[in-house]
Amino acid sequence: MAIKRGVSLYSYQNETFTGKMTLEDCIRTSAELGAKGIEVIGEQSFWGWPEYAVDPAAIANWHGLIAKYDCVPVSHDFMLDYKRFKGRIMSVEEQVASVRRDIEFGAQLGVKYLRALVSISPEVLVAAAPYAEEKGLKILIEVHAPLHFDHPWIVRHAEAFEKSGSDALGFLPDMGMFLHAFPPVWYEKFLRMGVPKNIADYIVKAYEDRTLSEYVVQAVRDMGAEGPALGMVETLRHNAAFEPKRMLDYMPRIHNIHGKFYEITDDYVEPSIPYDQITAVLKQGGYDGYICSEYEGNRWIEDAQEPDSVEQVRRQQVMLARLLGEPEDPRITTPAYAVAAE
Amino acid sequence: MMDNKMIVEGSLANYAEGGVVKGFQFLGRLPYYRGLGLSMVEDIAVEIDGETVAREDVRFSVRGKTYTLDEMETVYDDRWNFGEKATIIVLKDGGLAHGEHQVGMAVRYRVSYLPFVPTTRFTKTLALAA
Repeated sequence: MAIKRGVSLYSYQNETFTGKMTLEDCIRTSAELGAKGIEVIGEQSFWGWPEYAVDPAAIANWHGLIAKYDCVPVSHDFMLDYKRFKGRIMSVEEQVASVRRDIEFGAQLGVKYLRALVSISPEVLVAAAPYAEEKGLKILIEVHAPLHFDHPWIVRHAEAFEKSGSDALGFLPDMGMFLHAFPPVWYEKFLRMGVPKNIADYIVKAYEDRTLSEYVVQAVRDMGAEGPALGMVETLRHNAAFEPKRMLDYMPRIHNIHGKFYEITDDYVEPSIPYDQITAVLKQGGYDGYICSEYEGNRWIEDAQEPDSVEQVRRQQVMLARLLGEPEDPRITTPAYAVAAE
Repeated sequence: MMDNKMIVEGSLANYAEGGVVKGFQFLGRLPYYRGLGLSMVEDIAVEIDGETVAREDVRFSVRGKTYTLDEMETVYDDRWNFGEKATIIVLKDGGLAHGEHQVGMAVRYRVSYLPFVPTTRFTKTLALAA
């Protein structure tokens, strides 16, 4: 089995938000790129979920499109809003009940995996696991920066998963945790926000030098940083260049990958995330699931230009296809969307 | 995110009840990559031509249902969907004069996984059609 390519429809959020791209546009475009695995945030793609019933016609449409474009439903990413009630956090029992509903929704969509956000506690997932097993699904906690595979919170999850004896629990690593360089689109955004260039350059260099973030924060304060410059240096406390090889210890429980990226240049490189190392590690570990594109550069550029999510996803899919040794570059043959919409 | 798409272009109008102008309205979207249950929308602050509107004068309307902001805090069976254009109604006797107005919108929303409560704001100049 080989590593497979997919897309999280999160990637097209700027286009779907305004209705410029429909669900069919998203699925067809991904399929044309050979990214046949489709991941959704249920409540982004299906109106109503989880507060009120999703129109059965929307579910039927989903299955129709998956069949029409020969795709595979990979994951339903659920949110579990445990702060739904103002002033109190939902009890473990309430949270488990909520996850059970998402398991049912995932089963309706025909996915194999459910993405759990990293803030959800292990006892909730362990308690929900038997129901996931019953429905033939696995719940994967998204290991996402600033967390990483050596963080005690993730270690606690791993220990709880082993103790549970359930194979319906696992991990979904987000490649953003392997941030090996300060993303150029972040740098440009902070300059637009008014960060003095000398401070911005200092932060980028300190990141390259792997300087402990606390030292960089202090140094930048000493340089007279305020407002957006403090915001820029703060990103160093939430991101780090962890090592892709740390995934190897967890391979048996890794079943889906978020191919996070902030920008793919026109020569098919993500300047801040080492996809060559990442794919090498995944091959070494015998990974045979999907890498789903997750474009997140949109929010870093939208103040200056309209994001072109489709072009960014296309570039990442070309990059991945090459790294995975596919003989041909993926390409889009049908215009991704028809009309402009507000 | 989606800050510049929160306030929908060309959507400013006066709001009438029984033929009497009682205020104004515009279409607004939740600036987020997903929707949210209404109980998690903590505030929608509106500014018109630099003047802040009182919270109790704001109404939120989706799919034929209209809520005050206080009511929304305990609504668990309805949501502001991803990209959904909600009608934001502001009660103001006589509404607005025709012409251009500066409309400001600031949404404060409770996101379970965030260790803080974000507010996203944007201001746009919209014309009230004659």
